[in-house]
Parts: sequence; structure tokens; C-alpha cells
Amino acid sequence: MADLELPLRQGFAPDAGPAQGPGPLPDEIPITLTINGERRALHVRPWTTLLDLLREDLSLYGTKKGCDHGQCGACTVLLDGERINSCLALAVMKDGCEVTTIEGLAGPDGTLHPMQEAFIEHDAFQCGYCTPGQICSAVALVKEGHATSRAEIREHMSGNLCRCGAYTNIVDAIEDVLAKEAAK
Amino acid sequence: MYETHVGSPRSRVDGKLKVTGAARYAAEYTAPDLAQGYVVNSAIAKGRITSIDISAAMAVPGVIQVFTHQNRPRTAWRSKAYQDEVAPPGTPFRPLYDEKILYSGQPIALVVAEDFEIARYAASLVRVTYEAEGHQTDLEKVRMQAYKPPKTRSGMAPAPDRGDAEAGFGASPVRVSADYRIAIEHHNPMEPHAATVVWDGDGKITVYDKIQGVQNTQSYITHVFGLSQDDVHVLSPFVGGAFGSGLRPQYQLFLAVMAALELKRSVRVTLTRDQMFTFTYRPDGLQEMSIGANPDGMLQAIRHDVVSNTSTFEDYQEMIVGWSSMMYHCENVSTTYKLAQIDTYTPGDMRAPGAPTGMFALESAMDELSYKLGMDPLQLRLRNYAEIDEATGKPFSSKELRAAYQLGAERFGWSKRSPEPRSMKEGRELVGWGMASGMWEAQMQKTSARAVLTIDGKLEVGTATADIGTGTYTILTQIAADALGLPMEKVTAKVGDSKLPFSPVEGGSWAAASAGTAVTLACNTVRETLFGYARGMEGSPLANAEIGRVAFRDGRIELVSDPTRFVTIQDAMVAGKVHRIEAEETGSPSRINQARYSGFTHSAIFAEVRVDEELGRVRVTRVVDAVAAGKILNPKTARSQILGGVVFGIGMALHEESMMDHHLGRFMNHNIAEYHIPANADVEGIEVIFVEEHEDKLNPIGVKGLGEIGIVGTAAAIANAVYHATGKRIRHLPITVDRLLKVRDAA
Repeated sequence: MADLELPLRQGFAPDAGPAQGPGPLPDEIPITLTINGERRALHVRPWTTLLDLLREDLSLYGTKKGCDHGQCGACTVLLDGERINSCLALAVMKDGCEVTTIEGLAGPDGTLHPMQEAFIEHDAFQCGYCTPGQICSAVALVKEGHATSRAEIREHMSGNLCRCGAYTNIVDAIEDVLAKEAAK
Repeated sequence: MYETHVGSPRSRVDGKLKVTGAARYAAEYTAPDLAQGYVVNSAIAKGRITSIDISAAMAVPGVIQVFTHQNRPRTAWRSKAYQDEVAPPGTPFRPLYDEKILYSGQPIALVVAEDFEIARYAASLVRVTYEAEGHQTDLEKVRMQAYKPPKTRSGMAPAPDRGDAEAGFGASPVRVSADYRIAIEHHNPMEPHAATVVWDGDGKITVYDKIQGVQNTQSYITHVFGLSQDDVHVLSPFVGGAFGSGLRPQYQLFLAVMAALELKRSVRVTLTRDQMFTFTYRPDGLQEMSIGANPDGMLQAIRHDVVSNTSTFEDYQEMIVGWSSMMYHCENVSTTYKLAQIDTYTPGDMRAPGAPTGMFALESAMDELSYKLGMDPLQLRLRNYAEIDEATGKPFSSKELRAAYQLGAERFGWSKRSPEPRSMKEGRELVGWGMASGMWEAQMQKTSARAVLTIDGKLEVGTATADIGTGTYTILTQIAADALGLPMEKVTAKVGDSKLPFSPVEGGSWAAASAGTAVTLACNTVRETLFGYARGMEGSPLANAEIGRVAFRDGRIELVSDPTRFVTIQDAMVAGKVHRIEAEETGSPSRINQARYSGFTHSAIFAEVRVDEELGRVRVTRVVDAVAAGKILNPKTARSQILGGVVFGIGMALHEESMMDHHLGRFMNHNIAEYHIPANADVEGIEVIFVEEHEDKLNPIGVKGLGEIGIVGTAAAIANAVYHATGKRIRHLPITVDRLLKVRDAA
């Protein structure tokens, strides 16, 4: 076969041909985010995702990167109270928003959120890597109010993959929290 | 009765760290001036790089260096230096070694930059030209070139044939003969592989690697980069899943260490999800299985022949066929296991390597036989129950599989099964019940541990194994707390640090037995020292006692016969004039018992599926897995291990398939939207039963290990349930919509 050049991922590299010089790096843009209750004035490049901002710039490593493609849910955070995949959000698009990460769920005195307690109680995790995303997702799910049965919980938690296979325990934990909420 | 921690359900000791996001994984350690690496991968499957132009990438502001085979620093030249603790026979892959391309996705350059986005952008500017050679990635096409591996992988003795399988099969009135296949699977732990290498100055580095054995990583680095052990400190306190992908040091480690040493600067390399498909995986196998039986169900012959794939540079081997000579009583058994090379990275151990593959064939064939015989599948298994390990002629150290069959069947309601396929229906769905057996090695490896008791009543135990989510931190804490009679809060277990006492890689379901034994021994030595001080105290209430007559509980050493006579730990240490008692001990398996007994875990899996025939959709609505695995240290985390194994089995049965584009020689579905793993909606009900099993031969603590047994047999049970529901026998996993519909069309 003749010399050939193929990008590993389609769309990853520009057309084959002589190497192009790089363009200038994009400028940093000022934004303001309220993260776990704290207002932060930040400068970010437009190519930085909310996930990478949290992890790399703010050292909030509790939010996990599992796929960077919105396929696994490990990066789930609460944005203005709703669950989103932070890997699919560019930080500059969320100027002015309120972000809650796993680090912001427990009370200021360290008291765990009921969902965190329930995850421990029901052994709803093993390696722990998908866990922050599962918990953020579960907290939002309870607030959304549309999951009442186990089948509905399963369905609405299916955006959060767990390779250790803790699913049945995750459903147990969420059911437990839902029951306690209902009893209030 | 005093409740011990061991044997009681305990929540994970690392639970709080994991639910608050405080647990740190390999890519989450930072250092001043940390540089970020991004890997460029080969676009062809075989050939060589003719040119690699890094000028545009280097011109990006913030790029520090682009490493390729042309400018990489020198590393060890002998391939043996790259052979890690668990490497199969062959020549290990050496990243950036030369211009040769051995597989698609091979790392060919590392861009190191001030931040992640710059590195990623610059990586897109690296221009590579190749001279491609014809590659081969299709196992069926190389089947005829299959060979018996000239060097057997350590610990992998093939079972000898017995009797005359050929004649036995020929003389059998009832026969099943069929070909079975699984799919290549990728481990895909949720945490992508990563290594953060912190430059400590003076040629010293601290390495946070995603690895199941820190000392394996440490030894790999010292051999490859010519460093001394003191220069390399490796840590993996938390591992975000691995399932075998972290047994061998993977290329992110080599690249990060290389860059850090060369740049004298801290470097992190994190692989993308796509790149998680550019190294090890579970191999496929072309399996031919023949079983012959008498009309009463007694097996007369088993023949299992497998050709499995390996890479062109290493002979990876796993036990696929061995199970067929051990699972059932049968006088005539013949197995063969051969390898054929394809142009991919070397396959590797993935959760119960070989066992679910081989057992899918064996347990599917047994199911097929049961229908031919008109016999209940469970009865067929009981009829051919193996009382001893017939492959070696040794008795089992313990085997409560009969009880597992019975308890599992009861819980599942197996007796209510209607034997005919397609005879159970609910709503628009066909219902099917299937079952299978499972088996996995119960191993123990030589391991050392340290225990340190301080006068404040705190105990720290440690060994260099890993907790990849299996619960090792928790069970070691329980064991140590019981040994010294302390509450679990007073005990800290440490793993995942190369400075801790020796441990092999965490894998093979041996960690609980091995690390648990080592910690027990170290704690026992502390107990003895402590007891010596207590007895020697002036006017000691234990003056005439022997260690066998005292109990350690609630921070005290007390006489069993009269608990009012006691010495507190503190008083004993004061009497001994010490502030700390430290002990390090090594546990090894008993060679005598190893020679005398065969050690295995067993399981009986029952599965219910519901199949919407019009849509070809299969749901696994119920699984009961009854497991005989010796002593259960922590029923809570043990149950989770089995749940996880069963979910892996559901994935193997219905979802997981790394699809190779043979034209490009590349896995096409290299992301987790297209490589399907079970999601929450795919997993309905799983019940786990631990059967009482007394085990006292394999290790002093009586455990057999649980990491793998949950997956073994699960895919077979599901496939058998699909047959019972639909009358369609799918012999090629996963059972996808198209495969199920195709069988219907053919019928």
C-alpha cells in the first residue's frame, strides 16, 4: 500500500496534507460562577468545558471524567438545581450560573446529605468513580419528582453508568431516600 | 455472644471519602508546574511510520515537548526489562520504541503542554505518514495457523486428557456438538487509565498510577528507566475500577514517566475513553464443544477445542478449556487450547479470564443436552456432579455446590418451571428460565503485611495490594479490629503504596485470602507481644494464663473463663515500657495442602428472561446466584462483589461487543455509547445467596475470594433462559436483536 494518512478519529484532524501552522490560542473570557455557594470570578478559554474547569483549574476533582462525551454521566453536577453532564457544557456558556458539585452536597459542618448516607448504607458503589455523578443525579431525580417506582428510578438513572454493577443497590438507596422524603 | 466484625455486614470504611468526592484517583493528584500529556495514536494497524512532523504542534504556545520514537530518551534496550510481574511469554510492547506499527491505536507520540486543552489541540497538529502493510485482525482467517503456545504462561498448566473422548463420544447414544463464540470485550472501568508523575527533584519521582499492583508498577519503572527502588514511589490508594485492565502497567505510565524524567517536571497523562480501546481486552475464542451421554444423562465424553486470539508479540493465555475437565464427572475428556495471532494489542485478563468464555460453551452444551435427553437441566448437573477434581484426581478442599444448586433452585422457584421451550408467556413477552454452574480458582499468593499498635489504642495495618472497589480496605480493617479487640474506628488499613510490605498484584480473586492472611499473621504477632507484656505485669491478673485462654475485646485482654480478670492494652504497653508494637509477617499458602487439594469456588446461577419476540428485545428480569466461597468476611461488600460479577455477565450475554472493522483493523465502537455495557435500566432483580461452606485447607482464614465467580456461568444461564423462552439457541454472544431475529428467519 502507498503512503497514507488517516486520523484515528474522524473529524479529529484536518485534511491530510502538509502540516499547518497553529492559529493563535483563543483569548480568555471573564465569567462568574457560583460554585458550591461561593461566587467565583474566573477567566476561561472558550474551549474549556465546565468539567475541566472544575477539575483542572479549581481542583474540584470530586466531579469525574469518565468519557468526556456525555455517555457515562460520571461528570454529573447540578446546574441551577438541574442535573447536567458537565463535560458537554463549555464553561463560558454558563456565565452567571450556580453549580453544585459533590463537594457541595454535605452541610457546612460536614453532615452528609441523606443521599450520601443512603449510598453508604446500601453499599451503592464499589470503586467509587461513578459515585459523585450517581449521587448528584439521584439528588436531582428526587427533586424532579417523577420517579416513584423502581422501574422509573432505573429508567431515570440510566444516564449514569456504573461498571462495578452497583445498580440494584443504587436503586435501593434512592428508594430509601424517596420513602423518607415522602414520610416528612 | 460477642459479635465479631468478620462475618458481619459492615459499611465500607472508605465510603465517606467516596460519597463526598474526597477519594482521589490517579489523574487527581497535582503538583506545582504540572504539565499535561496527550497521546497521539496510530491510524494504521500494521506497517511503519515514514514521517512524523511535530513542527506545527511544537509551535503552539504552551507546548513543552512532543515525544516520538525519533526523539524519545533512551530506555532499557532488552525487551525482558519491560516484562512485568504478570506478563505472558513474549516480547512486551514498548511505547515509542521504533517506527514499527503493531496495531491500530498504538501510541506514537506524546504531546506535553502547560494545560490539557493545549496538549489536545497540539496533538491534532501532529502529522504522520505511514507505509502500511497488510494486516490481519480476523481470528477466523488465521484459525489454520493456530499453534500450541510454546511457552506456557506461569501458573497455567493444561489439564491432561483422560480416557478416550473420541471413542466415548462415538459410542454415546445422545450427543451434542456445536460451535460457540463470545465477543471481544474491553474492560472499560469508569476511570480512564491515567498516571500522574510528580517530579521530586534529584531523579526521584512519586507516581500515582491506575494499577492493581503498585509494586508491579514500581519494578517496571525501575527496570525500564534504570532507576533504583528508592527513586520511585508508587501509589494507587483508589482505583476507579480495573477488572484486570490494571494488572499490567499500561502505556500511559511509560509515557508519563518518560516525559517527567526527561523534562525534570511533573507530568500527567490521562487516556481518553477512545484510547481505552487501544490496549488490553478479553480475547475471543472459536470454541468447538462436543458432549456425549447415555440416555440416563451420565456423561460419556467431553471434547472442548479452542482457538483464541493473541497479539503478534506476546502469547497471552487464559484457562478456557480447563473447566470442561473439572466441572463434571466424566471418564473421557479431551481438550485443546491454541492461539492464533492477530494485529491488535495483546489481550489480557478480564474478570475471571477464560472462565465465562469456556463455561458459556460447556454450560450451553449441557443445556442443549438436557433437552435432547428430556431431562431437567439441574437434574443433569446433579447426575454428573464431580465429587473430586477429576483433572488432577485430587479432592476439593471444600465444595458445597450441591447446596448451592438446592438453595438457588428453591429461591428461584425452579421446580415451577415448565420444561418445554416457549411454554411460558406473560403479556406479550415470552418468559424463559435457564441455569448454569460456575467455577473459579480459590487462590492465595505469598503476601506480607505490617501491623503497628500504638499506646493510644490505634492500630494500623498495611500491605501493598490494591482496593479496586472490591472492599479490601474494609475487610482488612475488620480482620485487624477483631484480632486486637478494637472498634473498627480505631483501625486504619493501608493499601496501594509501594512502600508497604510486599504484595503481588490484586487479581485472580486472591486478595482477600492473601492480604487477609498476612494481616492476620502480623496482628497475631502483635497480640503475642502484647500478651507477653500483660502477663509479665507485676501482679498481673493474667499471670498464669496462656494466649489460647484469653480474648482480645474492647481494648482489653481478658480471661475467657473470667472476663473480670483483664489487662487493658494501655496498661500492658506501659508495663512493657513501649509506645508502639510493630510486626511484619508473611503468609504463604500451605504447599502440602496445595499438593493434596484442589481449591475452587462454585456457584449455581438461575436466570429469568423476558423476550419481546417482535422487537427481539431481551430483559433479564431475575437472577439468583448461589455461591459457595468459603467464609464470607463481610456479607455486605461480598454481596456487592457478586452483584457486580452478575452485571458483567449480563453485559457479556446481551451487550458487550468490541466490533472490529477488519478493513481498517480497528475497533469501530471505541466509546461507551456504542460499546454497550449494562445501564441501570438493564438490571432488574439480582439475589445473592452465600452457601455455608467450611474451608480450612487453602489459607488460615478460610476465604476463597469473590471477585470473579459472579460472572462465571451467568452469560450461559441467560442464553439458556433465552432458549427456554424462545426455542432459539444463540451460540454467539452477545444475544443482540439482530442475532435473535436472524435465528427466527432461519427457522
